[in-house]
Amino acid sequence: MFRKIGTKLILVVSVTAVIIIGVFSYFNIERQTEVLRAEVQRHANQLSESVKNATRFAMLKNDRDYIQQIIDRIGKDPAINDVKIMNKEGEIIYSSRPDNIGKMLDKQAQSCYACHAANRPLEKLSMKNRTRIFTANPDSAQVLGIINPIYNEPSCFESDCHAHEPSAKVLGVLDVTISLKDIEKQIQSNEIQGAVFAVVAIVAIGFIIGFFVKRYVDQPVKELVNATEQVAAGNINYKITNLGKDELGKLGRSFNDMTKKLDETSQQLYQSTKMASLGQLAAGVAHEINNPLTGVLTYSSFLLKRTKDNPQMQEDLNVIVRETMRSREIVKGLLDFARQSVPKKSLCNLNEILDRAIAVVSNQLKLNRITIERINDPELPEITADANQIQQVFLNLFVNGIDAIGQDGKITVRTSHTSLSPRGITQIKNAVCGKTHSLIDPQHKIGGMPSIKMKIKSNGNEGFVHLDPVYGNHRHYFGINLDKGSSNTLSCPTCDMSLIDKTAKCPECGGPVYKIQVPNQGFIEGCASFKDSWQRWGYVDAAGEKKFVEIDIADNGCGIPAENLSKIFEPFFSTKGQRGTGLGLSVIWGIIDNHNGVISVQSEVGTPPAGKTGGTTFSIRLPQGNTKSFV
Amino acid sequence: MMKSHCNILIIDDEQVIIDSISKIASLEELSVDSSLLGKDAFKKISEKDFDLIICDIMLPEMDGFQIINELAKRNIETPVIMTTGYSTIENAVKSLYLGAIDFIPKPFTIDEMISLIHRGMRYSKLLAAKKKNVESVLLVPCPAKYYRLGYSCWMNKELDGSVLIGATDFFIKTVEPVRQIELLNHGEILTQASPCAKFRTDDELAHPLYSVLSGNIIERNEKVIEQPELLEKDPYFDGWLYRIIPTEFDYEMKILIPCSSDRS
Repeated sequence: MFRKIGTKLILVVSVTAVIIIGVFSYFNIERQTEVLRAEVQRHANQLSESVKNATRFAMLKNDRDYIQQIIDRIGKDPAINDVKIMNKEGEIIYSSRPDNIGKMLDKQAQSCYACHAANRPLEKLSMKNRTRIFTANPDSAQVLGIINPIYNEPSCFESDCHAHEPSAKVLGVLDVTISLKDIEKQIQSNEIQGAVFAVVAIVAIGFIIGFFVKRYVDQPVKELVNATEQVAAGNINYKITNLGKDELGKLGRSFNDMTKKLDETSQQLYQSTKMASLGQLAAGVAHEINNPLTGVLTYSSFLLKRTKDNPQMQEDLNVIVRETMRSREIVKGLLDFARQSVPKKSLCNLNEILDRAIAVVSNQLKLNRITIERINDPELPEITADANQIQQVFLNLFVNGIDAIGQDGKITVRTSHTSLSPRGITQIKNAVCGKTHSLIDPQHKIGGMPSIKMKIKSNGNEGFVHLDPVYGNHRHYFGINLDKGSSNTLSCPTCDMSLIDKTAKCPECGGPVYKIQVPNQGFIEGCASFKDSWQRWGYVDAAGEKKFVEIDIADNGCGIPAENLSKIFEPFFSTKGQRGTGLGLSVIWGIIDNHNGVISVQSEVGTPPAGKTGGTTFSIRLPQGNTKSFV
Repeated sequence: MMKSHCNILIIDDEQVIIDSISKIASLEELSVDSSLLGKDAFKKISEKDFDLIICDIMLPEMDGFQIINELAKRNIETPVIMTTGYSTIENAVKSLYLGAIDFIPKPFTIDEMISLIHRGMRYSKLLAAKKKNVESVLLVPCPAKYYRLGYSCWMNKELDGSVLIGATDFFIKTVEPVRQIELLNHGEILTQASPCAKFRTDDELAHPLYSVLSGNIIERNEKVIEQPELLEKDPYFDGWLYRIIPTEFDYEMKILIPCSSDRS
């Protein structure tokens, strides 16, 4: 149970609440009790002074009955326990309780102790020392007593009665005791109230925290755990939805990104593994098949030589020889594929290669009554490519087109050259700070290329940021929790020299701008707050757009169903059943990929020959000129 | 004890290949022995003299490359022709690099095998004659700064960076008289250890020449097509075949043999 993060959180918060509220309540109650007691004390003192003052005149007149009457009257108040006046010797002279009159008090008794502790009475006492709290009888409530010494004054020893000597300092003591029953009741109720409040508060906090933890921590964590389990179990397409916008939501989104990337990578891996195993298979098959083929070829040739006088047999044997030779070419093709050779590149004209490829299939085109429409770009630049491999690509596409059309149709071949923005395709291969320390970090790769590492300080956090090395791409990696849009400082990880250009401002958000030198290739600037994706590399922008050659081969055949479109470049994927080997398009893909090119396909399913609405277009884009610095 | 003599030893683990080659050899009235394993082959070599060995590459226990190395180690100079069903450029290059005089991919036609055996037998005879210093065998030496692939195809790098390619005198002597030369066209691509020219002879045979380097053909010798006898007269200068721009020069040079080593 305590393994759950929610339970742990609730527990920690509850314990904290119990401690804080408990301590607070305890001190609060203590304080209240203290205040109440002080109030009672003050009240008792006042009362004691009042009694003293009220009896003063009677004292001077030595009217003892009157004094007794006053004291009786005051003592009737139920809150007052007892009012008594003692003389110096400790004899109770007046008391609101008549049975106490005449009793002698022991000087060691509680009420006397404060002054007589040292066996010699003190003359002045603070109020606190004059007060005492005690329990008169074990079964009755606590009482507060306050003694009030009656000091000798000139009017006392000068009065007519001459009852006191002038030398005496203290004439007697007024002792008022007040019952604390009500106060105790109040304190007790305060304590109960405090405890109830504390318990209610703790329970309430527990519930609120519990709810929030459940809603904002428990459920998202559960979903995340569920998602990782799903992915671990192989459901790599599992998507986390609705995790909110907090850190867990962010985690969920990056989880989704991760699985997406993982999916793509595993697809690629799958593809290349398939290619590799296919290569091994092809090599094995080629080796195994070539031996029996040798036998067939030799013996049928022998029969040919031996049966020169039998034209009927010669004809049949020629078929065997011809078909065996064809098998030899097929196996050779398999081996060529298995080798996946590095393209042997030279400058070549794609229009000419197309001519040659069309010449090869011209017979087939004629038989199937298919016309070829050429839209040649007369200014098509020559490109660096392996002419043989490129011709193989065109041939394959033509054969596919012919198969898709069947009878009567048209294949349109268009060549063109185009320019694309350098953004998203140009790699930043070198970058230095003002002191020419390299910022390239081969340890951290983004998209397979070494990233650009900078030190970053943001909101007191310090760490590293890895910039995407492809100009215009923004797959940056932030080593710290970056508050996008805050003012960051960026510096060289080696010498800490600032990489912020203080004279420039981001034209999109007005924020700071980083400026990194690319040796011999100018500077790259970009938004340093990473709030937007502004980036500028003047040198590359000035060089203009990157040039590509494009070849579109379009047929008006049956088209490819959408569900097959994503699979057609996979080895062994074939819709031709027994007629095809399923190798063609995957080989094409490999060749174009080896040339740093891209092949894409668009298709619409039609129903030939009635409704000639369908068709497939393969578009190949090959880089023109020096391809080395391109992705 | 005088060893018995036999023309050809076939080493192949497939009986059908042995039978096929034996049949072809019998057309040419050549005697044939065979073994399915490398070990067995060495036993046969110690018992008999052979003019020619035709050896498969992929063999159990001891493969064709190991056999050719073992032959060199034992100073057995019988010329070896490699054959394989796994006919990649790499295998062809490796075979020629290790000293095989020729390479033939399976499956082969009768004509291909006959021409191959012809060259092999001629080579063997030339080698024997050279050993005995027979005066009638006059080989034109390959110029010192030239390089060759195996014994058949030479190359010479010109000052402008282009490379001239031709057939060695030794090779021509194994095929002559050449009646007709078939060359690839200008603009086509040569691949090292792949056929780059065909020499047709009066006995209706076609002999392929394996290219010494990979590259793009920028010029071919039209004169030698018109006058094939140029080949025999001046194989290293007027008898050149192609001028190419090599594509993998530095890499491919590593397996070539300098002609200067022929002098020692």
